[in-house]
Amino acid sequence: MSEPSPSPVLRCDAKARRQWLSVLARSSREALERHAAPLARRHPGQWLRPPEHGLVMLRGRIGNTGDRFNLGEATVTRCALTLSGPDGHTSVGVGYVLGRDAERAHWIACVDACLQQPAWQADVWRQVIAPLQAHTAERHARERAAVAPSRVEFFTLQPELS
Amino acid sequence: MYIAVKGGESAIEASRRLLAAARRGDPAQQEIEVAQIESQFGLLVDRVMGEASLYDPELAALALKQSQGDVVEAVFLLRAYRTTLPRFGYGEPLDTERMRASRRVSAIFKDLPGGQLLGATFDYTQRLLDFDLLRASDQAPPTHGEKIAVAAGEPVSEAMPCALEALAAEGLVEPLTPSDGDPQPPDITREPPAYPMPRAGRLQMLARGDEGWVLGMAYSTQRGYAHTHPFAGEIRVGAVAVEFTPDELGFPIELGEVVLTECQMINQFTGSAEQPPQFTRGYGLVFGRSERKAMAMSLVDRVMRADEFGEELTSPAQDQEFALSHSDSIEASGFVQHLKLPHYVTFESELQLVRGLRARAPETRSPACAAADAPAPAADPTPAIEPTA
Repeated sequence: MSEPSPSPVLRCDAKARRQWLSVLARSSREALERHAAPLARRHPGQWLRPPEHGLVMLRGRIGNTGDRFNLGEATVTRCALTLSGPDGHTSVGVGYVLGRDAERAHWIACVDACLQQPAWQADVWRQVIAPLQAHTAERHARERAAVAPSRVEFFTLQPELS
Repeated sequence: MYIAVKGGESAIEASRRLLAAARRGDPAQQEIEVAQIESQFGLLVDRVMGEASLYDPELAALALKQSQGDVVEAVFLLRAYRTTLPRFGYGEPLDTERMRASRRVSAIFKDLPGGQLLGATFDYTQRLLDFDLLRASDQAPPTHGEKIAVAAGEPVSEAMPCALEALAAEGLVEPLTPSDGDPQPPDITREPPAYPMPRAGRLQMLARGDEGWVLGMAYSTQRGYAHTHPFAGEIRVGAVAVEFTPDELGFPIELGEVVLTECQMINQFTGSAEQPPQFTRGYGLVFGRSERKAMAMSLVDRVMRADEFGEELTSPAQDQEFALSHSDSIEASGFVQHLKLPHYVTFESELQLVRGLRARAPETRSPACAAADAPAPAADPTPAIEPTA
């Protein structure tokens, strides 16, 4: 992580952050523990907002395309931290994740902050985001494969007219 | 009126110990773990989350363990817990079209884009008790392994368009677009419900309503209390990404996924002066795998739209205030169950009233009734209350 290398992403605009935060939020605790926790231990950062539990009201749309309505709440843990990179660049990372796992939120915030460090971005992407993405893609593929045999073809029968 | 009582501390303490022992059950057996409830009583966990209006499978499983499996009590525990947490805000609307579906069926189209997936369903089981389950087995059940893989067809696509899309494009199913300005929906957890309630508020109440109540209301509409001709246009179950815009960022990010069940019911509508003949929609969306509830919700949603289609109000399920305000199991349970708490003072005053009434007007009653009055309660100072008709 100490040697800066050209990043394949080299962006930290809203679109890029949405992408990696999505990968992080969808990853299981086990996967994050394996791929993100070591990074968070090396760069724990400083709290701007220590982890806290709260609620987000989830919304749907009537028929999925009509007016919005409130469906019900979900537990969410959030935190924010700041950390300084090798070149003195300071970045702010946020961790927002469903459930009540403060450690997960911390890991996510650390990775988010590290990815905004130009000197680290490429490495963090390769070492954290890429394996997590592959992990989730594999889990989704496994779930789809499990459901696939239950695909059904129904046939209507001709009534017998005699 | 309820007047507080005091006392009974030691008895209450003993009662709590008895409750804890009843929850634990036979100590010779292993204690059930929250993780086991979460993974093996998944449908029960989903029901508790839905009616508590709080998505957190682990907490719902914990509440079930603590409540000895009593659904309403578990819902109560979660509702109480949610009041201890701050509200970070409102999520972006969930997009069910991007659902990773584990089940998707339509009762109106055999062939639809994305296909039909039965997924895990009781529908085609014979409802015969499986006595093998009496014994714990370490063997995993046959899943997609050797046995069923023979039937494997084309892969499941990652997103499926809504089954009604084509008919809606033709105008045969009522179109659904946001009202002007995409208005903020009412939130009954912040503003007490007021009737008549807009459809968005009704759906929030139905989503958290007691499944038994909503199911009964829906059933009544099928049996002739209100006129509906419903078809299950589409039912889908699966994981949907949750997006939220944090204060710090100003743009939406994903927080993870929740499992939802969605039902789009369509109903025949012969048209009116303003609207052409078309199929109209009822909508159901609930937490977890909860198809019965989602279907029932969509039936009740549709009959409550009578005013939009100029339909007559003839039935209890169409009466918003009746059907919605009694759908909440916590409110209903609280009001029914408060009757068992001490009402000594209230009852004493009513007792005096009844005694007073009987003492004052013996001539208006039959001789047999008057004779029964012999031990008149002369010592009681009768409250000056006029009997009303």
